[in-house]
Amino acid sequence: MNLEALFFYAFTTLALGGATLAITRRSAVHAAISLMVSLLGVAGLYLLLHAEFLFVAQIILYIGGILLLFLFVIMLVNLDAGRGLRQFHQRWPLGAAVTAIAGVAFAILWSRVQLPPTQQMPDAGNVELVADTLLQDYLVPFEVVSLLLLVAVVGSVLLARKRA
Amino acid sequence: MHYVAVSLAMLLIGTAGLLTRRNIVIILMSIELILNAVNINLVAFSKHHGNAAGQVFAIFVIAVAVAEAAVGLGILLALFRNRETVQVDEVDLLKW
Amino acid sequence: MNFLDTLWLIPMFPLLGAALMMLLGRHQFLDPQMKNSSVGHHHHHDRGHDQDLRPRQGPRWLIGPLCSGFVLLSFLWSLGAVFAGRSEQVLFTWVAGLPFPAFDGRMVTLTADWGYLLDPLSAVMILMVTGIGFLIHVYSIAYMAHDGGLYRYFGCLNLFVFFMLVLVMANNYLLLFVGWEGVGLASYLLIGFYFKRKPASDAAIKAFLMNRLGDAGYLMALFFLLSIFGTVRFTEMQAAPHPLLPWATLLLLAAAIGKSAQIPLFTWLPDAMEGPTPVSALMHAATMVTAGVYLIVRAEPFFRLTPEVGSLTAAIGAASAVIAASIALVQHDIKKVLAYSTVSQLGLMFMALGVGAYWAALFHVVTHSFFKAQLFLGAGSVIHALDGEQDLRLMGGLRHQMPQTFRTMFIGTLALAGWPGLAGYFSKDSILTSAWVASPVLFGAGLFTALLTAFYMGRLLFLTFFGPYRGDQNIHESPKRMTVPLWVLSIGSIGAGWFGTPFAGWLGATPEPHSWAIMVASAVVAVAGLGIAYHFYLRRPGTADRWEEGVAPVARLLRARWYFDDLYELIFVRGLARQGGDWLSAWDRRVVDGGVNGAGWLARKAGDISKWSDTWIVDGAVNLTAISVKLSSFPVRYLQTGLAQGYAFLIVLSLAAMAGWYLLRSA
Repeated sequence: MNLEALFFYAFTTLALGGATLAITRRSAVHAAISLMVSLLGVAGLYLLLHAEFLFVAQIILYIGGILLLFLFVIMLVNLDAGRGLRQFHQRWPLGAAVTAIAGVAFAILWSRVQLPPTQQMPDAGNVELVADTLLQDYLVPFEVVSLLLLVAVVGSVLLARKRA
Repeated sequence: MHYVAVSLAMLLIGTAGLLTRRNIVIILMSIELILNAVNINLVAFSKHHGNAAGQVFAIFVIAVAVAEAAVGLGILLALFRNRETVQVDEVDLLKW
Repeated sequence: MNFLDTLWLIPMFPLLGAALMMLLGRHQFLDPQMKNSSVGHHHHHDRGHDQDLRPRQGPRWLIGPLCSGFVLLSFLWSLGAVFAGRSEQVLFTWVAGLPFPAFDGRMVTLTADWGYLLDPLSAVMILMVTGIGFLIHVYSIAYMAHDGGLYRYFGCLNLFVFFMLVLVMANNYLLLFVGWEGVGLASYLLIGFYFKRKPASDAAIKAFLMNRLGDAGYLMALFFLLSIFGTVRFTEMQAAPHPLLPWATLLLLAAAIGKSAQIPLFTWLPDAMEGPTPVSALMHAATMVTAGVYLIVRAEPFFRLTPEVGSLTAAIGAASAVIAASIALVQHDIKKVLAYSTVSQLGLMFMALGVGAYWAALFHVVTHSFFKAQLFLGAGSVIHALDGEQDLRLMGGLRHQMPQTFRTMFIGTLALAGWPGLAGYFSKDSILTSAWVASPVLFGAGLFTALLTAFYMGRLLFLTFFGPYRGDQNIHESPKRMTVPLWVLSIGSIGAGWFGTPFAGWLGATPEPHSWAIMVASAVVAVAGLGIAYHFYLRRPGTADRWEEGVAPVARLLRARWYFDDLYELIFVRGLARQGGDWLSAWDRRVVDGGVNGAGWLARKAGDISKWSDTWIVDGAVNLTAISVKLSSFPVRYLQTGLAQGYAFLIVLSLAAMAGWYLLRSA
């Protein structure tokens, strides 16, 4: 077993284990922390895939942004107070079953896929590559996304505002 | 390409959590998981194909995820102020 | 005055009288102060104070003479017509040609007209009816003087005379039937004259019903005759043998049995004594009961051709004669004795008819009417004098107080018994002679009857007029208006017998040569009978009772009138009437009321059904709508829960479905 495989399995465990924990915890805070672990694992996977920029972006944005937001909101609505209530849906086997079926279907589909041969990445730094692609080929989506972010900001402020 | 398998697994976990849990925050977290799964898929194929288009797409996904998380939590806050609950099956206002 | 052309007037006079009485009587003659007429002579007089609101308007004394006058006119007219000759007169066509299918398939037409025929037979009858009728009318004036409802009495009496005249003067069987029914009606009205007494009205109904049986036979006989001959007119019917003829004569015999009170339809005659005594005299001695004899004499050509029916007639006649005479032996009521005596004498007449001695029977009809009417009127006189008493046991020694009555009744008794020289002797002798020729048994029956007749008449005479008086009343002789008719009738009783020989020639038949042996035998029997009665009741008064003890079973049979009445009572009154009444009431209760109750039950059930239908059908439809909506919305309902998670579920589900489908497609 080479190092890459080892790291792969470690990061995979983190990601999947964290994810599983996240969806099964009773306490919302525990779930959030588990999510953080999962996100860290995902970041590690990015690193293994030579996507350094995304690795950093993941950590900064997802963990430092979104997860923090989650934690703030959890504290804000005192979510842990509902720890005594039933956590899982009344019809949770149904949902699980459907998910399983979908999963099985996708798996079988994936097994039939024949990939084209691997191609080599251009020899440049990841960040430069990403920047080049982003700002040259996909400039318009880039600007639209910024517009989207603006809308989101305005919307969330409006939504969360206390009605005086 | 085991990365696709990981992506699939994480997708399934996220979907299961989405369909199963009653707590809205957990559901939102599940949605994040799903988005992450998609990201993994994209990046894996980016490496496979040898260009950065996949990674650029992943950046966009992250941006959208941020926006969505913000707005979703804002909705949750508004909902919580109105209904005093964050259990999703108690909120059936969309019935008619 | 051409009497023959005005033949129709003869019945018209009494009809006029009847019409006057019926239409005007109630207004003009109703007299409130008179005793209640419906009660009759059986109770002692009590001057009731019926307060009738209508005042007396017409003179009451007019009624009797008026009606009697009508009958007298008829009598005189008849005399004139009879001596003028033989004739037939048709008044108008009554039934014009009614098609009628005969027994052998061909169609005959029933044509009958209202016409009168005057031939020797009808001549004898009308003279007898109007003559004796007139005498009885006169008698009634005095007899019924104390009774109310006089107009009704005389009206019915005149009506009766009218119908009797129609009967004997008719020229066809259908018109005869009119008279036949009419006298039955008049009989009913007069027997039930004292209608407020139940026995009287019962007797009237009994008489009418038994008559009716005979009438049914008459009608069937009429149709048979029509089928055989194609006509019902006397002069057009030629007697010839025919297979159906016995039926016709048999049914005519049945009719005669009903009208003339023979066995088995005789029980009404004794009960008919409930009517006023003059009525008994006229109808049930002289005229109505002889209508049966008249009918058979009229149908003589047919009876000659059916000897077996003749034998039956003779047998019935003989039986009636003997049985009735035997019952008469033990009767205590004076009128009942005479009633049974009438049945017995009619039996002798029927016996004569049966053996073919038609003129002998007719002879006896005439003589019998004289002395029987006289006896009845005499009895009436006695009853009138005794203020309503009719029981022989409470009479006696009346010859001193009522000499006229006694003497006339004495003559009448001798005549009936057959004392040689008087009317009854000759007529009875003719009958016995004919019977001897036909059969010794019939002769024996006739002779025995003569013996019994003499005996019971002697009993009646002795118990009434001789010996000590056993009653407790003041007795007076009857007024002249009653005694004079009695004397007139006596002349008839004596003299009528001597008409015997010219009689036969006039009717066109040859009598049997007289046998001296029979004449002597009947004379002996008559004297013997009277003599025995004398011994029993006068010489040694207790003899009768001792003899009765000796032959107690026979006496019991006689006193029970051979149980005929009881038999009829059992079968018809109890059986039909009461049983029928019970069945009808049960029918009414179960079927009719059951039907009504059933209808009610049905209505209730309909209401229940309606209620059920309302609950299940009407409400059910409404509920069905609701349930169907609920059911049909069942799957769709879950699509729109309002739960976001549900929608997410559907998204994932469809994703899985698409993947699966894609999988299957490419597989």
